[in-house]
Amino acid sequence: MTQLALVIDLNVCVGCHACVTNCKQWNTSGAAGSLSDLDPYGADPNGTFFNRVQTFEVGEYPNTETVHFPKSCLHCEDPPCVPVCPTGASYKRKSDGIVLVDYDKCIGCKYCSWACPYGVRELDEKRQVMTKCTLCVDRIYDMSLPEDRRKPSCVLACPPGARLFGDVHDPESAISIAIRERGGYALMPEAATKPSNHYLPRRKTTLNLRDDDLCRSDNPHRIDGAPFEPNLPPIAEEL
Amino acid sequence: MHPALSVLFLTTLIGAGQGLFIALFLLELLGGSSLSSGFFVGGSAIVVVLCVLGLIASFFHLGHPERAWRAAAMWRTSWLSREVIALPAFMGVAFLYGAAHWSGAGFTLALGLLGSILSIVLFVCTAMIYAAVKVLKEWSHPLTVVNFTLLGCASGACLTTSYAAFFAPALVAPLSQATFSLIALSLVTRGAALVRNATLKPTSTLQSALGIRHPRIVQKSQGAMGGSFNTREFFHGKSATFVRGVLITLLFAGFVFPLILVLTVPMLAFAVQYAGLLAERWYFFAEAQHPQNLYYQTVS
Repeated sequence: MTQLALVIDLNVCVGCHACVTNCKQWNTSGAAGSLSDLDPYGADPNGTFFNRVQTFEVGEYPNTETVHFPKSCLHCEDPPCVPVCPTGASYKRKSDGIVLVDYDKCIGCKYCSWACPYGVRELDEKRQVMTKCTLCVDRIYDMSLPEDRRKPSCVLACPPGARLFGDVHDPESAISIAIRERGGYALMPEAATKPSNHYLPRRKTTLNLRDDDLCRSDNPHRIDGAPFEPNLPPIAEEL
Repeated sequence: MHPALSVLFLTTLIGAGQGLFIALFLLELLGGSSLSSGFFVGGSAIVVVLCVLGLIASFFHLGHPERAWRAAAMWRTSWLSREVIALPAFMGVAFLYGAAHWSGAGFTLALGLLGSILSIVLFVCTAMIYAAVKVLKEWSHPLTVVNFTLLGCASGACLTTSYAAFFAPALVAPLSQATFSLIALSLVTRGAALVRNATLKPTSTLQSALGIRHPRIVQKSQGAMGGSFNTREFFHGKSATFVRGVLITLLFAGFVFPLILVLTVPMLAFAVQYAGLLAERWYFFAEAQHPQNLYYQTVS
Protein backbone atom coordinates (compact mmCIF):
# COMPACT_ATOMS: atom_id res chain seq x y z
CA MET A 1 0.00 0.00 0.00
CA THR A 2 1.11 3.48 -0.83
CA GLN A 3 0.38 6.49 1.35
CA LEU A 4 1.67 9.70 -0.14
CA ALA A 5 2.38 12.44 2.36
CA LEU A 6 4.38 15.54 3.15
CA VAL A 7 6.95 15.92 5.87
CA ILE A 8 7.48 19.49 7.03
CA ASP A 9 10.70 20.40 8.77
CA LEU A 10 9.92 23.14 11.30
CA ASN A 11 13.63 23.53 11.89
CA VAL A 12 14.10 24.69 8.31
CA CYS A 13 10.87 26.59 7.49
CA VAL A 14 11.55 30.33 7.40
CA GLY A 15 7.91 31.38 6.98
CA CYS A 16 8.32 32.88 3.51
CA HIS A 17 4.88 31.72 2.25
CA ALA A 18 6.36 30.57 -1.08
CA CYS A 19 4.54 27.24 -0.63
CA VAL A 20 1.28 29.13 -0.11
CA THR A 21 1.60 31.20 -3.26
CA ASN A 22 2.83 28.37 -5.46
CA CYS A 23 0.04 26.14 -4.17
CA LYS A 24 -2.50 28.81 -4.96
CA GLN A 25 -1.01 29.46 -8.38
CA TRP A 26 -1.01 25.81 -9.40
CA ASN A 27 -4.39 24.89 -8.00
CA THR A 28 -6.21 28.02 -9.15
CA SER A 29 -5.01 27.43 -12.71
CA GLY A 30 -5.80 23.74 -12.89
CA ALA A 31 -8.68 21.81 -14.38
CA ALA A 32 -10.26 21.45 -10.93
CA GLY A 33 -11.35 25.08 -10.99
CA SER A 34 -10.24 28.34 -9.45
CA LEU A 35 -9.60 29.07 -5.81
CA SER A 36 -11.64 32.22 -5.52
CA ASP A 37 -10.43 35.48 -4.04
CA LEU A 38 -12.99 37.88 -2.65
CA ASP A 39 -12.07 41.54 -2.45
CA PRO A 40 -8.37 40.70 -2.97
CA TYR A 41 -7.19 44.31 -3.09
CA GLY A 42 -9.81 45.75 -0.74
CA ALA A 43 -10.01 46.32 2.98
CA ASP A 44 -11.18 42.80 3.82
CA PRO A 45 -9.39 40.40 1.49
CA ASN A 46 -10.55 36.82 1.61
CA GLY A 47 -9.97 33.68 -0.34
CA THR A 48 -9.53 29.96 -0.57
CA PHE A 49 -6.16 28.44 0.23
CA PHE A 50 -5.14 24.80 0.48
CA ASN A 51 -2.10 25.68 2.50
CA ARG A 52 -1.45 28.38 5.04
CA VAL A 53 1.66 29.30 7.00
CA GLN A 54 0.99 30.40 10.54
CA THR A 55 3.43 31.84 13.02
CA PHE A 56 3.71 31.10 16.72
CA GLU A 57 5.98 32.40 19.44
CA VAL A 58 7.15 29.77 21.86
CA GLY A 59 8.50 30.68 25.29
CA GLU A 60 8.85 33.87 27.22
CA TYR A 61 11.09 36.79 26.31
CA PRO A 62 14.08 36.70 26.03
CA ASN A 63 13.95 32.93 25.62
CA THR A 64 11.55 32.90 22.71
CA GLU A 65 11.53 31.06 19.45
CA THR A 66 9.47 31.95 16.42
CA VAL A 67 7.96 28.88 14.83
CA HIS A 68 6.55 29.12 11.33
CA PHE A 69 3.95 26.45 10.93
CA PRO A 70 2.72 25.44 7.45
CA LYS A 71 -0.68 23.77 7.67
CA SER A 72 -2.48 21.82 4.96
CA CYS A 73 -4.52 18.61 4.73
CA LEU A 74 -2.67 15.84 6.56
CA HIS A 75 -4.18 13.07 4.38
CA CYS A 76 -5.04 11.05 7.48
CA GLU A 77 -4.97 7.27 7.31
CA ASP A 78 -8.24 7.32 9.24
CA PRO A 79 -9.80 10.52 7.92
CA PRO A 80 -12.87 11.60 9.96
CA CYS A 81 -14.01 13.84 7.08
CA VAL A 82 -14.67 10.92 4.69
CA PRO A 83 -17.34 8.76 6.39
CA VAL A 84 -19.49 11.77 7.35
CA CYS A 85 -19.87 12.97 3.75
CA PRO A 86 -23.48 12.29 2.73
CA THR A 87 -22.81 12.20 -1.02
CA GLY A 88 -19.52 10.34 -1.22
CA ALA A 89 -17.86 13.44 -2.67
CA SER A 90 -15.18 13.24 0.00
CA TYR A 91 -13.09 10.13 -0.44
CA LYS A 92 -9.70 8.58 0.22
CA ARG A 93 -7.98 6.98 -2.75
CA LYS A 94 -7.05 3.35 -2.22
CA SER A 95 -4.15 3.54 -4.68
CA ASP A 96 -2.13 6.29 -2.98
CA GLY A 97 -4.03 7.36 0.15
CA ILE A 98 -4.74 10.92 -1.03
CA VAL A 99 -7.94 12.38 0.48
CA LEU A 100 -9.85 14.17 -2.27
CA VAL A 101 -13.15 15.95 -2.90
CA ASP A 102 -15.17 15.29 -6.05
CA TYR A 103 -16.25 18.88 -6.76
CA ASP A 104 -19.08 17.67 -9.02
CA LYS A 105 -20.67 15.65 -6.23
CA CYS A 106 -20.12 18.04 -3.29
CA ILE A 107 -23.34 19.74 -2.11
CA GLY A 108 -21.49 22.23 0.10
CA CYS A 109 -23.01 21.11 3.42
CA LYS A 110 -19.69 21.71 5.27
CA TYR A 111 -20.19 18.63 7.43
CA CYS A 112 -16.73 17.28 6.54
CA SER A 113 -15.11 20.49 7.75
CA TRP A 114 -16.78 20.01 11.14
CA ALA A 115 -15.41 16.48 11.42
CA CYS A 116 -11.81 17.53 10.67
CA PRO A 117 -10.00 18.62 13.85
CA TYR A 118 -7.29 20.50 11.92
CA GLY A 119 -9.40 23.00 10.01
CA VAL A 120 -7.74 22.27 6.69
CA ARG A 121 -10.87 22.13 4.54
CA GLU A 122 -12.18 25.39 3.15
CA LEU A 123 -15.48 26.00 1.41
CA ASP A 124 -14.85 28.02 -1.73
CA GLU A 125 -17.16 31.02 -1.48
CA LYS A 126 -17.68 31.37 -5.23
CA ARG A 127 -17.90 27.72 -6.25
CA GLN A 128 -19.69 26.70 -3.01
CA VAL A 129 -17.94 23.35 -2.80
CA MET A 130 -15.51 22.08 -0.19
CA THR A 131 -11.90 22.36 -1.29
CA LYS A 132 -8.65 21.07 0.17
CA CYS A 133 -5.08 20.07 -0.56
CA THR A 134 -4.91 17.44 -3.31
CA LEU A 135 -1.16 16.84 -2.93
CA CYS A 136 -1.21 18.25 -6.49
CA VAL A 137 -2.68 15.00 -7.75
CA ASP A 138 -2.86 16.62 -11.20
CA ARG A 139 0.90 16.99 -11.48
CA ILE A 140 2.55 14.22 -9.46
CA TYR A 141 1.45 11.63 -12.05
CA ASP A 142 1.90 13.89 -15.10
CA MET A 143 4.26 11.95 -17.38
CA SER A 144 4.81 15.00 -19.56
CA LEU A 145 6.76 16.58 -16.70
CA PRO A 146 10.37 15.61 -15.98
CA GLU A 147 10.46 13.10 -13.14
CA ASP A 148 11.99 15.46 -10.60
CA ARG A 149 9.15 17.94 -11.21
CA ARG A 150 6.42 15.39 -10.41
CA LYS A 151 6.02 16.75 -6.90
CA PRO A 152 3.44 18.98 -5.16
CA SER A 153 3.84 22.66 -5.98
CA CYS A 154 4.56 23.59 -2.38
CA VAL A 155 7.48 21.16 -2.24
CA LEU A 156 8.98 22.52 -5.47
CA ALA A 157 8.60 26.10 -4.28
CA CYS A 158 10.14 25.79 -0.82
CA PRO A 159 13.47 27.68 -0.99
CA PRO A 160 15.16 26.06 2.03
CA GLY A 161 13.72 22.61 1.30
CA ALA A 162 11.60 22.34 4.41
CA ARG A 163 8.99 20.24 2.64
CA LEU A 164 9.60 16.61 1.72
CA PHE A 165 7.25 14.46 -0.31
CA GLY A 166 6.98 10.70 -0.60
CA ASP A 167 5.41 7.45 0.52
CA VAL A 168 5.20 7.07 4.31
CA HIS A 169 4.38 3.38 4.00
CA ASP A 170 7.70 2.63 2.31
CA PRO A 171 10.18 2.36 5.19
CA GLU A 172 13.10 3.23 2.91
CA SER A 173 11.56 6.38 1.39
CA ALA A 174 13.31 9.66 2.17
CA ILE A 175 10.37 10.89 4.23
CA SER A 176 10.08 7.66 6.24
CA ILE A 177 13.78 7.91 7.08
CA ALA A 178 13.35 11.58 8.00
CA ILE A 179 10.43 10.76 10.31
CA ARG A 180 12.32 7.87 11.87
CA GLU A 181 15.68 9.51 12.34
CA ARG A 182 14.71 13.12 12.99
CA GLY A 183 11.85 12.74 15.44
CA GLY A 184 8.92 13.19 13.04
CA TYR A 185 5.59 13.51 14.80
CA ALA A 186 1.87 13.77 13.96
CA LEU A 187 -0.46 16.61 14.98
CA MET A 188 -3.16 16.04 17.61
CA PRO A 189 -2.53 12.33 18.11
CA GLU A 190 -5.46 12.35 20.56
CA ALA A 191 -7.85 12.84 17.63
CA ALA A 192 -6.93 9.29 16.48
CA THR A 193 -6.94 10.34 12.82
CA LYS A 194 -3.47 8.90 12.08
CA PRO A 195 -2.24 11.82 9.98
CA SER A 196 0.06 10.81 7.13
CA ASN A 197 1.79 14.19 7.04
CA HIS A 198 4.42 14.53 9.71
CA TYR A 199 6.34 17.42 11.18
CA LEU A 200 10.01 17.44 12.12
CA PRO A 201 10.69 19.31 15.36
CA ARG A 202 12.90 22.32 15.95
CA ARG A 203 16.40 21.25 16.83
CA LYS A 204 19.27 23.00 18.56
CA THR A 205 22.84 21.99 17.74
CA THR A 206 24.70 22.03 21.02
CA LEU A 207 28.19 20.87 21.94
CA ASN A 208 27.98 18.32 24.72
CA LEU A 209 31.16 19.15 26.66
CA ARG A 210 31.60 17.92 30.20
CA ASP A 211 33.90 19.78 32.56
CA ASP A 212 36.26 16.86 32.91
CA ASP A 213 36.65 16.70 29.14
CA LEU A 214 38.77 19.85 29.45
CA CYS A 215 41.14 18.22 31.92
CA ARG A 216 41.41 14.86 30.27
CA SER A 217 44.72 13.69 28.89
CA ASP A 218 43.29 13.39 25.38
CA ASN A 219 42.21 17.03 25.37
CA PRO A 220 44.68 18.89 23.13
CA HIS A 221 43.93 22.09 25.05
CA ARG A 222 44.84 20.55 28.37
CA ILE A 223 47.23 22.51 30.53
CA ASP A 224 50.08 20.29 31.64
CA GLY A 225 50.16 19.75 35.35
CA ALA A 226 47.06 21.78 36.05
CA PRO A 227 45.02 20.33 38.87
CA PHE A 228 41.51 19.13 38.16
CA GLU A 229 39.37 22.18 38.74
CA PRO A 230 35.97 21.77 37.07
CA ASN A 231 34.87 25.29 37.94
CA LEU A 232 37.80 26.95 36.22
CA PRO A 233 38.04 26.11 32.52
CA PRO A 234 41.33 27.21 30.92
CA ILE A 235 41.34 30.69 29.45
CA ALA A 236 42.95 31.55 26.13
CA GLU A 237 46.18 33.05 27.58
CA GLU A 238 46.85 29.97 29.66
CA LEU A 239 46.70 27.88 26.51
CA MET B 1 -19.20 26.76 16.06
CA HIS B 2 -21.08 29.31 14.00
CA PRO B 3 -24.84 28.74 14.40
CA ALA B 4 -26.40 28.68 10.93
CA LEU B 5 -30.01 29.92 10.90
CA SER B 6 -30.95 27.26 8.34
CA VAL B 7 -29.94 24.47 10.70
CA LEU B 8 -31.57 26.13 13.72
CA PHE B 9 -34.89 26.29 11.87
CA LEU B 10 -34.54 22.82 10.35
CA THR B 11 -33.92 21.02 13.64
CA THR B 12 -36.48 22.95 15.70
CA LEU B 13 -39.27 22.82 13.08
CA ILE B 14 -38.99 19.12 12.27
CA GLY B 15 -38.47 18.36 15.99
CA ALA B 16 -41.81 20.00 16.82
CA GLY B 17 -43.45 18.18 13.90
CA GLN B 18 -42.07 14.81 14.98
CA GLY B 19 -43.18 15.37 18.58
CA LEU B 20 -46.62 16.46 17.40
CA PHE B 21 -46.97 13.29 15.33
CA ILE B 22 -46.07 11.03 18.25
CA ALA B 23 -48.58 12.96 20.42
CA LEU B 24 -51.30 12.53 17.80
CA PHE B 25 -50.65 8.80 17.59
CA LEU B 26 -50.72 8.40 21.38
CA LEU B 27 -53.95 10.43 21.57
CA GLU B 28 -55.56 8.18 19.00
CA LEU B 29 -54.27 5.07 20.72
CA LEU B 30 -55.50 6.13 24.18
CA GLY B 31 -58.49 8.28 23.21
CA GLY B 32 -59.85 5.87 20.66
CA SER B 33 -62.87 6.89 18.66
CA SER B 34 -63.94 9.69 21.01
CA LEU B 35 -61.91 12.18 18.96
CA SER B 36 -63.03 13.63 15.64
CA SER B 37 -60.97 12.70 12.61
CA GLY B 38 -60.75 16.41 11.78
CA PHE B 39 -58.42 16.90 14.76
CA PHE B 40 -55.99 14.33 13.34
CA VAL B 41 -56.27 15.64 9.78
CA GLY B 42 -55.43 19.16 11.00
CA GLY B 43 -52.66 17.83 13.25
CA SER B 44 -51.01 15.83 10.45
CA ALA B 45 -51.29 18.85 8.18
CA ILE B 46 -49.34 20.88 10.76
CA VAL B 47 -46.73 18.06 10.95
CA VAL B 48 -46.28 18.06 7.17
CA VAL B 49 -46.16 21.87 6.97
CA LEU B 50 -43.54 22.06 9.74
CA CYS B 51 -41.41 19.42 8.02
CA VAL B 52 -41.72 21.13 4.63
CA LEU B 53 -40.69 24.44 6.21
CA GLY B 54 -37.76 22.70 7.89
CA LEU B 55 -36.77 21.07 4.62
CA ILE B 56 -36.89 24.43 2.84
CA ALA B 57 -34.75 25.95 5.59
CA SER B 58 -32.21 23.14 5.24
CA PHE B 59 -31.68 23.93 1.55
CA PHE B 60 -30.34 27.34 2.54
CA HIS B 61 -27.52 25.54 4.34
CA LEU B 62 -26.24 23.95 1.14
CA GLY B 63 -23.82 25.46 -1.33
CA HIS B 64 -25.42 23.42 -4.10
CA PRO B 65 -29.08 22.75 -3.19
CA GLU B 66 -29.77 21.37 -6.68
CA ARG B 67 -27.50 18.44 -5.85
CA ALA B 68 -29.26 17.67 -2.55
CA TRP B 69 -30.63 14.40 -3.95
CA ARG B 70 -27.08 13.05 -3.91
CA ALA B 71 -27.07 13.27 -0.11
CA ALA B 72 -28.96 9.97 0.23
CA ALA B 73 -26.02 8.04 -1.22
CA MET B 74 -23.80 7.34 1.79
CA TRP B 75 -26.35 6.06 4.31
CA ARG B 76 -23.97 3.26 5.29
CA THR B 77 -21.55 5.67 6.95
CA SER B 78 -23.09 9.14 7.23
CA TRP B 79 -25.79 10.13 9.72
CA LEU B 80 -26.55 13.16 7.56
CA SER B 81 -27.34 10.81 4.71
CA ARG B 82 -29.56 8.74 7.00
CA GLU B 83 -31.44 11.87 8.05
CA VAL B 84 -31.92 12.80 4.41
CA ILE B 85 -33.68 9.44 3.93
CA ALA B 86 -35.60 9.39 7.23
CA LEU B 87 -37.10 12.89 6.89
CA PRO B 88 -39.02 12.35 3.61
CA ALA B 89 -40.04 8.87 4.81
CA PHE B 90 -41.50 10.38 7.98
CA MET B 91 -43.19 13.18 6.01
CA GLY B 92 -44.72 10.65 3.62
CA VAL B 93 -46.17 8.56 6.45
CA ALA B 94 -47.43 11.69 8.25
CA PHE B 95 -49.17 12.72 5.03
CA LEU B 96 -50.70 9.24 4.59
CA TYR B 97 -51.81 9.27 8.25
CA GLY B 98 -53.69 12.54 7.71
CA ALA B 99 -55.08 11.32 4.38
CA ALA B 100 -56.28 8.06 5.97
CA HIS B 101 -58.13 10.04 8.66
CA TRP B 102 -59.60 12.40 6.07
CA SER B 103 -60.78 9.70 3.70
CA GLY B 104 -61.77 7.23 6.39
CA ALA B 105 -59.65 4.58 4.72
CA GLY B 106 -58.62 3.01 8.03
CA PHE B 107 -55.19 1.64 9.00
CA THR B 108 -54.65 4.89 10.91
CA LEU B 109 -53.18 3.19 13.98
CA ALA B 110 -50.80 1.15 11.85
CA LEU B 111 -49.71 4.29 9.99
CA GLY B 112 -49.47 6.13 13.31
CA LEU B 113 -47.21 3.45 14.75
CA LEU B 114 -45.01 3.42 11.64
CA GLY B 115 -44.84 7.23 11.65
CA SER B 116 -43.95 7.31 15.36
CA ILE B 117 -41.14 4.81 14.83
CA LEU B 118 -39.86 6.87 11.89
CA SER B 119 -40.14 9.97 14.05
CA ILE B 120 -37.88 8.40 16.71
CA VAL B 121 -35.49 7.18 13.98
CA LEU B 122 -35.37 10.72 12.61
CA PHE B 123 -34.65 12.15 16.08
CA VAL B 124 -31.73 9.75 16.42
CA CYS B 125 -30.42 10.51 12.90
CA THR B 126 -30.60 14.28 13.42
CA ALA B 127 -28.94 14.10 16.82
CA MET B 128 -26.26 11.66 15.67
CA ILE B 129 -25.18 14.12 12.96
CA TYR B 130 -23.85 16.14 15.88
CA ALA B 131 -23.08 13.37 18.36
CA ALA B 132 -20.97 11.56 15.74
CA VAL B 133 -18.52 14.47 15.37
CA LYS B 134 -15.89 13.05 17.72
CA VAL B 135 -13.69 16.15 17.77
CA LEU B 136 -16.52 18.23 19.25
CA LYS B 137 -16.63 16.90 22.79
CA GLU B 138 -19.64 19.09 23.66
CA TRP B 139 -21.69 17.22 21.07
CA SER B 140 -20.08 13.80 21.10
CA HIS B 141 -22.12 12.44 24.01
CA PRO B 142 -25.33 10.37 24.43
CA LEU B 143 -26.98 13.42 26.04
CA THR B 144 -27.08 15.02 22.58
CA VAL B 145 -29.40 12.25 21.33
CA VAL B 146 -31.45 12.36 24.54
CA ASN B 147 -31.86 16.13 24.29
CA PHE B 148 -32.78 16.26 20.61
CA THR B 149 -35.43 13.58 21.24
CA LEU B 150 -36.80 14.98 24.50
CA LEU B 151 -36.79 18.61 23.36
CA GLY B 152 -38.54 17.60 20.14
CA CYS B 153 -41.12 15.56 22.06
CA ALA B 154 -41.62 18.39 24.58
CA SER B 155 -42.12 20.99 21.84
CA GLY B 156 -44.42 18.61 19.95
CA ALA B 157 -46.46 17.99 23.08
CA CYS B 158 -46.59 21.72 23.76
CA LEU B 159 -47.74 22.31 20.19
CA THR B 160 -50.42 19.64 20.61
CA THR B 161 -51.63 21.39 23.77
CA SER B 162 -51.75 24.78 22.04
CA TYR B 163 -53.50 23.16 19.05
CA ALA B 164 -56.00 21.41 21.34
CA ALA B 165 -56.65 24.69 23.18
CA PHE B 166 -58.12 26.00 19.92
CA PHE B 167 -59.79 22.91 18.47
CA ALA B 168 -60.30 20.31 21.20
CA PRO B 169 -60.56 22.07 24.60
CA ALA B 170 -61.52 18.83 26.34
CA LEU B 171 -58.00 17.48 25.76
CA VAL B 172 -56.16 20.46 27.21
CA ALA B 173 -56.14 19.35 30.84
CA PRO B 174 -54.46 15.94 30.37
CA LEU B 175 -52.24 17.22 27.56
CA SER B 176 -50.91 20.15 29.58
CA GLN B 177 -49.96 17.81 32.42
CA ALA B 178 -48.12 15.48 30.04
CA THR B 179 -46.42 18.46 28.40
CA PHE B 180 -45.44 19.85 31.79
CA SER B 181 -43.68 16.59 32.69
CA LEU B 182 -41.93 16.40 29.31
CA ILE B 183 -40.65 19.98 29.53
CA ALA B 184 -39.50 19.36 33.10
CA LEU B 185 -37.72 16.17 32.04
CA SER B 186 -36.05 17.88 29.07
CA LEU B 187 -34.94 20.69 31.37
CA VAL B 188 -33.16 18.12 33.54
CA THR B 189 -31.38 16.46 30.60
CA ARG B 190 -30.53 19.71 28.80
CA GLY B 191 -29.40 21.17 32.12
CA ALA B 192 -27.12 18.17 32.59
CA ALA B 193 -25.60 18.81 29.14
CA LEU B 194 -25.17 22.52 29.91
CA VAL B 195 -23.34 21.73 33.15
CA ARG B 196 -21.21 19.06 31.43
CA ASN B 197 -20.22 21.39 28.60
CA ALA B 198 -19.45 24.27 30.93
CA THR B 199 -16.98 22.15 32.87
CA LEU B 200 -15.50 20.26 29.92
CA LYS B 201 -11.73 20.21 29.55
CA PRO B 202 -10.54 20.29 25.94
CA THR B 203 -8.59 17.21 24.84
CA SER B 204 -6.57 19.11 22.26
CA THR B 205 -4.33 21.97 23.26
CA LEU B 206 -2.11 24.35 21.35
CA GLN B 207 0.74 22.05 22.43
CA SER B 208 -0.78 18.97 20.83
CA ALA B 209 -2.00 20.98 17.83
CA LEU B 210 1.57 22.10 17.04
CA GLY B 211 3.48 19.25 18.66
CA ILE B 212 5.56 21.66 20.71
CA ARG B 213 5.89 20.99 24.42
CA HIS B 214 6.02 24.40 26.01
CA PRO B 215 3.44 25.87 28.37
CA ARG B 216 3.60 29.29 26.74
CA ILE B 217 2.81 29.43 23.02
CA VAL B 218 1.31 32.58 21.50
CA GLN B 219 0.01 32.86 17.97
CA LYS B 220 1.52 35.73 16.02
CA SER B 221 -0.11 35.21 12.64
CA GLN B 222 -2.72 32.88 11.15
CA GLY B 223 -1.56 33.20 7.57
CA ALA B 224 -4.23 35.63 6.38
CA MET B 225 -5.19 39.12 7.48
CA GLY B 226 -8.81 39.13 6.29
CA GLY B 227 -10.14 35.99 7.88
CA SER B 228 -10.98 32.75 6.14
CA PHE B 229 -13.53 29.97 6.02
CA ASN B 230 -11.99 28.79 9.29
CA THR B 231 -12.73 32.05 11.08
CA ARG B 232 -16.28 32.24 9.67
CA GLU B 233 -17.49 28.68 10.19
CA PHE B 234 -16.07 27.81 13.59
CA PHE B 235 -16.53 31.01 15.62
CA HIS B 236 -19.89 32.52 16.54
CA GLY B 237 -18.27 35.94 16.78
CA LYS B 238 -20.57 37.21 19.53
CA SER B 239 -19.58 38.75 22.84
CA ALA B 240 -19.68 36.83 26.11
CA THR B 241 -22.57 39.05 27.24
CA PHE B 242 -24.58 38.13 24.16
CA VAL B 243 -23.93 34.42 24.71
CA ARG B 244 -25.00 34.70 28.36
CA GLY B 245 -28.13 36.52 27.17
CA VAL B 246 -28.94 33.61 24.86
CA LEU B 247 -28.40 31.19 27.74
CA ILE B 248 -30.86 33.11 29.94
CA THR B 249 -33.33 33.35 27.03
CA LEU B 250 -33.20 29.61 26.38
CA LEU B 251 -33.67 28.77 30.06
CA PHE B 252 -36.65 31.08 30.52
CA ALA B 253 -38.35 31.06 27.10
CA GLY B 254 -37.50 27.44 26.42
CA PHE B 255 -38.35 25.94 29.80
CA VAL B 256 -39.56 28.19 32.66
CA PHE B 257 -42.23 30.21 30.81
CA PRO B 258 -43.62 27.21 28.87
CA LEU B 259 -43.87 25.27 32.14
CA ILE B 260 -46.08 28.06 33.53
CA LEU B 261 -47.93 28.88 30.31
CA VAL B 262 -48.86 25.29 29.48
CA LEU B 263 -50.86 25.19 32.71
CA THR B 264 -52.30 28.71 32.46
CA VAL B 265 -52.46 30.00 28.87
CA PRO B 266 -51.82 26.90 26.73
CA MET B 267 -52.66 28.79 23.52
CA LEU B 268 -49.48 30.84 23.95
CA ALA B 269 -47.21 28.13 25.32
CA PHE B 270 -45.84 26.79 22.03
CA ALA B 271 -45.02 30.19 20.51
CA VAL B 272 -42.93 31.17 23.55
CA GLN B 273 -41.31 27.73 23.77
CA TYR B 274 -40.40 27.76 20.08
CA ALA B 275 -38.54 31.05 20.47
CA GLY B 276 -36.75 29.54 23.46
CA LEU B 277 -35.83 26.41 21.51
CA LEU B 278 -34.34 28.54 18.72
CA ALA B 279 -32.15 30.12 21.40
CA GLU B 280 -31.37 26.64 22.74
CA ARG B 281 -30.22 25.47 19.31
CA TRP B 282 -28.15 28.65 18.85
CA TYR B 283 -26.46 28.00 22.16
CA PHE B 284 -25.92 24.35 21.23
CA PHE B 285 -23.71 25.52 18.36
CA ALA B 286 -22.09 28.38 20.21
CA GLU B 287 -20.99 26.24 23.16
CA ALA B 288 -19.18 23.74 20.91
CA GLN B 289 -15.47 24.59 20.83
CA HIS B 290 -13.87 23.19 17.70
CA PRO B 291 -10.21 22.15 18.10
CA GLN B 292 -9.35 23.87 14.80
CA ASN B 293 -9.91 27.17 16.64
CA LEU B 294 -6.54 26.57 18.32
CA TYR B 295 -4.93 27.50 14.99
CA TYR B 296 -6.98 30.69 14.67
CA GLN B 297 -6.43 32.61 17.89
CA THR B 298 -4.79 35.76 16.50
CA VAL B 299 -5.12 37.43 13.11
CA SER B 300 -1.64 38.94 13.22
